[in-house]
Amino acid sequence: MNIICNFPAISIMLCLFAGIFSSGMKGKSARWLNTVLLIVVLVLNAVTTGYCAQNGSFVYVMGKFPAPWGNELRAGSLEGLMATFFCVIMILSLWGGVHKLFGEVDIEKHHLYYVLMGLLLSSLLALIYTNDLFTAYVFIEINTIAACGLIMIRQNGRTIEAAVRYMVMSLIGSAMVLFGICIVYDITGHLLMSNIKDRIAAMMVGGTYPVPLLIAIALLSVGLAIKSALFPFHAWLPDAYGYSTVSSAAVLSSLVSKGYIFLLIKIIYRVIGFDIFAYSEIIDVLFIFGLAGMIFGSVNAIRENDVRRMIAYSSVAQIGYIYMGIGMGTEFGMIAAIFHILTHAATKSLLFVSAMGLTDVSGEKRQFIYLTGAGYRYVVAGVAFAVGSLSMVGVPLFAGFISKLLFAEAAVSLPRKMLPVLIVLGISTILNAIYFMKTVIRIYTPYTGKEYPVKHFKDAKIYSIVLILFIIVNVLLGVYSDPVVELIRRGIEMFA
Amino acid sequence: MSRRKTDEEYSRTKTYKFFRWLSGVKDPYIDSLELQPQEEKKESEEVILEHLHDEELALEKVYDVSHNRFVNVFERVYKLVAALFCVLMLVGLLMCVSFLPENGSADTVRSNVVVDRYIENGLEETGAVNIVSGMILTYRAFDTFGETNVLFIATCCVMIMLMMDEKLLEKAEKQNDRRFEPKDDVILRLVASFLCPIIFIFAIYIMLNGHLSPGGGFSGGAVLGAGMILYVNAFGFKKTQRFFNEQIYKVAKITALCMYGLIGSYFYITGANGIANHIPLGIPGHILSSGIILPINVAVGLEVACTMYAFYALFRRGGL
Repeated sequence: MNIICNFPAISIMLCLFAGIFSSGMKGKSARWLNTVLLIVVLVLNAVTTGYCAQNGSFVYVMGKFPAPWGNELRAGSLEGLMATFFCVIMILSLWGGVHKLFGEVDIEKHHLYYVLMGLLLSSLLALIYTNDLFTAYVFIEINTIAACGLIMIRQNGRTIEAAVRYMVMSLIGSAMVLFGICIVYDITGHLLMSNIKDRIAAMMVGGTYPVPLLIAIALLSVGLAIKSALFPFHAWLPDAYGYSTVSSAAVLSSLVSKGYIFLLIKIIYRVIGFDIFAYSEIIDVLFIFGLAGMIFGSVNAIRENDVRRMIAYSSVAQIGYIYMGIGMGTEFGMIAAIFHILTHAATKSLLFVSAMGLTDVSGEKRQFIYLTGAGYRYVVAGVAFAVGSLSMVGVPLFAGFISKLLFAEAAVSLPRKMLPVLIVLGISTILNAIYFMKTVIRIYTPYTGKEYPVKHFKDAKIYSIVLILFIIVNVLLGVYSDPVVELIRRGIEMFA
Repeated sequence: MSRRKTDEEYSRTKTYKFFRWLSGVKDPYIDSLELQPQEEKKESEEVILEHLHDEELALEKVYDVSHNRFVNVFERVYKLVAALFCVLMLVGLLMCVSFLPENGSADTVRSNVVVDRYIENGLEETGAVNIVSGMILTYRAFDTFGETNVLFIATCCVMIMLMMDEKLLEKAEKQNDRRFEPKDDVILRLVASFLCPIIFIFAIYIMLNGHLSPGGGFSGGAVLGAGMILYVNAFGFKKTQRFFNEQIYKVAKITALCMYGLIGSYFYITGANGIANHIPLGIPGHILSSGIILPINVAVGLEVACTMYAFYALFRRGGL
């Protein structure tokens, strides 16, 4: 066995160790430990991606007992790509909000923040790489608790309320996933994904247990949809993203919800079987809620007067896009959805981090009226916010354009779902443009009133470099999208 | 009457105290174990009425409850929809259960190769007489490591929420009504001084015998944690901190998790790459047997005990 095959397991264990050691350290050393280990994990995952792109997927047995007795990991080019990308966004988000952490979080609790970050990344990697449903559930638990901690580490009334709401909603989702896994185990007798898929294929031929299978699919998809804030279950989202400290908001919006969506995609392909899922009624439910989310998320964002909450509501709309792509029920739709996961992860964290810079030069106030002219007062943050907005609206050259193009292309080949997709895509783009362009125009309107501080590149070097890196990631995704789409396509082929 | 001891010495002996109690001169529970009454908060009826009135006014002002039809309708519809949703969910799941394979019959899909190998080859492959331990700590060791980390991160979150500075702690202890709680409870102390050693020894027995008999790290750790909670209740935090303070907690937690992590990593990597690992399985039934299960059980037990005690201490006092 090639040594590269060990890398997914090693990266998960490294992240867990990062969390464990951080709990006994001071904040600063914990931060550096986490950064170094994150870079190591990033390199390991990038190498894994390259290896998988050349040699195809592989299965890694955790221990000496092969499946279906022991635990297994599975890596393909799609998993590798996701893991690498998540590590990049994690490092950038962590460093983008690091100076804000000092004002908002008790200095004695900084090391706990890095514990949460380390364990969160390990659980995300495990959700990506796992080949076993129960392992997925265990790491969903870690992910949920870590996300709660990230919300409430900034201790004020609103974040604690938001954390409680997140906890309640998220636990309902977890319970549904657990029920789903129980039912699947009951009718198939396995927990390992590939064995379940064989059994389900045999069951479909034999025609046994159709009702439990349908209910299990429904519970798994709705449970994961609640956890990733699909439209009617999004009530916890604006508070959680709007009031937590900025690194947390960036990580929660761009990684935590995406981890669950990726797990759902993996379950669709590796557990249920794509064709069975595409013919079940659940896919239409996801499709319709996705469409509704695209409209209502944007409408709520337009009504919002707080820039952070506006970006949070925009997440609801973007999650709607992803579920719409999954709900199309074709391979092209799925490719578009996965590409949009990358786009949204890169752009939303950029928006959160840059909006923080803009509010910093506006007297810590987040209402639009105070943001007038903020783009001139903090040039880097203003440019970054503009880039993020343009990308979310879908202007060519940036990542958002490619994902919208892919969605439209995927819709054209569908007879039944083409019209709704194209219409809602059009409406949603206009709504996106309304609230994002409104903000961009607002921050570039000259302001002659009370003097606010002006910040330059040299005032916050790390922050500015992080923003520039974010912009580069966005433009790279927008310009060199072909190799990424090709990787995603090959990864989906490897799933089967 | 001739006494060897002087009056002063005699007054310190148990005999003297016993006769003093017998004759009813002094009740030993006074000053040592008594509930001091809380000062009653005096609120006249007018003040209470005023508060109620204020609350009503505030609600009226903020939500305009009595005139706001939307709020009224929304509340009713919300309750109705919630109830309907629960009923629907209940019906759906119950319907699903009726379609599931019958529990306990021999020919269900669940009794397949997986279960067969666990039962038939479990003893031989893991060296554990207790098949359950063998399964969760050898075949599925990675899941259990994840589960242990769930406990770890749960304590971290409670710490974020409730942990206070030492200075704040002292201040808080003066302010809240915990000082009225009975301290130095003689009965509890006596019982605890009997029970705690037994509980600790029993917990260690459960942990170390996890591969031989029912039990293991999770249950042993829970017993150990319960023993420590009993100890802290009987003797107070000051005495407990002599052997279990924040530093020791950190060291114990990190050692336990690292031990599990390192053993686990070694096991995964050697197993996956087909390298022979050097952990002997031993003779089944002996205390030193079954490879990685024994050290992992100890590690898990330590982590669970730390978690239980930390939860209790954080909720009760806001610090370890």
